[in-house]
Amino acid sequence: MNGAPPQDDPRIIARRLARTLRRRRLGAFLLVAPLLAFTLVVFVTPIADMLRRSVADDELARAWPRVAAALKEHGTDESGVPGEAVFAALAEDLRTSWENRTTAAAARRLNYEVPNGRSLAMNTARWVEGLDEAPESWRAALIARDPAWGEKATWSAIHHASGPISDYFLLASIDRRRDVDGTIVQVPEAERLYVQVYLRTFGIALSVTLLCLALGFPAAYLLASLPSRIGNVMLILVLLPFWTPLLVRTGAWVVVLQENGFVNQAILWLGLSDTPLRLIYNRTGVLIAMTHVLLPFMILPAYSVMRSIPPDYMRAAKSLGAPPTTAFLRVYLPQALPGIAAGALLVFIIALGYYITPALVGGASDRMISSFIALYTTGTANWGLAAALGSGLLVATLLLYLVYARLVGGVRAGAI
Amino acid sequence: MGGSLTLSERLWRIALWVGAILCFAFLIVPIAAMLPLSVNDGQYLTYPLRGFTTRWFEEFFTSERWAMSIRNSLVIGLASALLATALGTLAALGLSRGYCPGSRAIMAILLSPLIVPVVIYAVGLYFFFAPLGLTASYTGIILAHAALGAPFVVITVLASLTGFDWNLARAGASLGAGPVRVAFRVIFPLILPGMITGALFAFATSFEEVVVILFIAGPEQRTIPREMFSGLRENISPTIAAAAAVLVAVSVILLTAVELLRRRTERLRGMTAR
Repeated sequence: MNGAPPQDDPRIIARRLARTLRRRRLGAFLLVAPLLAFTLVVFVTPIADMLRRSVADDELARAWPRVAAALKEHGTDESGVPGEAVFAALAEDLRTSWENRTTAAAARRLNYEVPNGRSLAMNTARWVEGLDEAPESWRAALIARDPAWGEKATWSAIHHASGPISDYFLLASIDRRRDVDGTIVQVPEAERLYVQVYLRTFGIALSVTLLCLALGFPAAYLLASLPSRIGNVMLILVLLPFWTPLLVRTGAWVVVLQENGFVNQAILWLGLSDTPLRLIYNRTGVLIAMTHVLLPFMILPAYSVMRSIPPDYMRAAKSLGAPPTTAFLRVYLPQALPGIAAGALLVFIIALGYYITPALVGGASDRMISSFIALYTTGTANWGLAAALGSGLLVATLLLYLVYARLVGGVRAGAI
Repeated sequence: MGGSLTLSERLWRIALWVGAILCFAFLIVPIAAMLPLSVNDGQYLTYPLRGFTTRWFEEFFTSERWAMSIRNSLVIGLASALLATALGTLAALGLSRGYCPGSRAIMAILLSPLIVPVVIYAVGLYFFFAPLGLTASYTGIILAHAALGAPFVVITVLASLTGFDWNLARAGASLGAGPVRVAFRVIFPLILPGMITGALFAFATSFEEVVVILFIAGPEQRTIPREMFSGLRENISPTIAAAAAVLVAVSVILLTAVELLRRRTERLRGMTAR
């Protein structure tokens, strides 16, 4: 007892405090850990895996491991065509891949870069498999079988595709490719597609944002300027569509805008047109339905900021002699701007990634980037390209979100 | 008040009302226009109405396809909301007092499902779940929907914990209750409105989600929105209007519950502030 330091020794207190603090931090972290682990495994990993796929390029190397390795080891001569060792490896790969039924994977990858690459790979593999004995020179025999094997373009394609990673899909997602010398060039005009799709996606998102702004601003302003009892009741007109499932809202527009739907009947009855207008399965339909779906994301943040603006400022401006327009532009609008900008940015960000609504009410020329991502994932399987387009969309979204976060100071419950 | 308004102010006010009313009409009319067609006795989803029938609702509730989708939506929605609420509440408790190290980075990860476009998540899942055997399974969909719903629980429970009086928990502990008992008898009852609100958000998220379902669900796991998606693409039948009417009713119930909880919380805050 005597040897023990007194209980109020500052060092002891400090040590105890540190221990308590440590325990608290550990306790807090243990509470967070389950959801953190869950989100990392079930959410972050799949997305990281998708990002990995946008640069992973091992389809050809898996089917033809020997030629990929031999090409790396021996390289090509000045004409861009490799020597006998690489051709022998190719022959061996062609035979085994034909036996293992993996030629198709390599053929598909080759076809991305070489015209008729698929038939080149499949036909040669079938021929090699049918040979009774090995020819004296594989190089001469294969080039004699198909001159394409003696071309630089074929071998530069095999070289690009030898993995394990390449920029092929990322470049393809912006209509670029590497030519035989490895410089990045635009693909032929007829094959250009994705830059235009990206531009269209941004264009549609921008149009929807402007429409939401035009419709949402008066609504938010009115809601904020009404006495809160009435304002709260009228807010239901925004919250109800907000809570209504997306499919119901999109479906409602299909019903309302179809050829003999409600809107066309009204147009005919009013005599605005003699024939029903085409309002759906085109850009008009996409803009109307997306604006409807995203309007609450504009109104709610704008409203919550506008409601917090004290009316006294406007009154003060007017009593100091400012005309109403000046008072509005110089006093009210600057204060409301963060809410309006947050809403507009939110609408734009969500619109960029929209898939369901354009798929249901758009036509073929309204397909946004997500539609191509979906097509290459589940339809014609080109997972590398799906992943590359997805990465582009993800990067655009995250960059815009950083701007949004600066604007509103992180995610807040009220802003969602 | 009206007398002091100048002409331009009055015009401005009228323009404002007209714009706002247009906006509200735009939001409400299409949904409202669809509902009567659910009881319309005609093969097509068009006006004028031809007579009253309940057969579209009967088909929605009794036909094998739709009945299965109702069951799936409820099972997946409830299970994922439960999982999201359990994990999200614990995380919010850990984050609430600022003791958690690296809480800003953790928060960014936990809330990332709100930001990333769902189509990207769905593609990632498609690749990631296939080798694990989780595509075309209830487990896979419930996990995915829980991941999408959990951020809402974190946000709502964190909101209900701001201004939480931790002395109450200390009082419980000083009276001899262990941490689990304190959690269940003191903390959870007090933050229950936040938990329920979060759970309702998580349920609503799952209940209306269709992109993940399109990518990873098999024919066995088709939910109501999934059936509506194919219905709208392939054959538009009035059963879709009946399904829409039921979903709108569910939305009204969810919205009412969330509003009541919010008002109750505001009232309680007001009382303690006074």
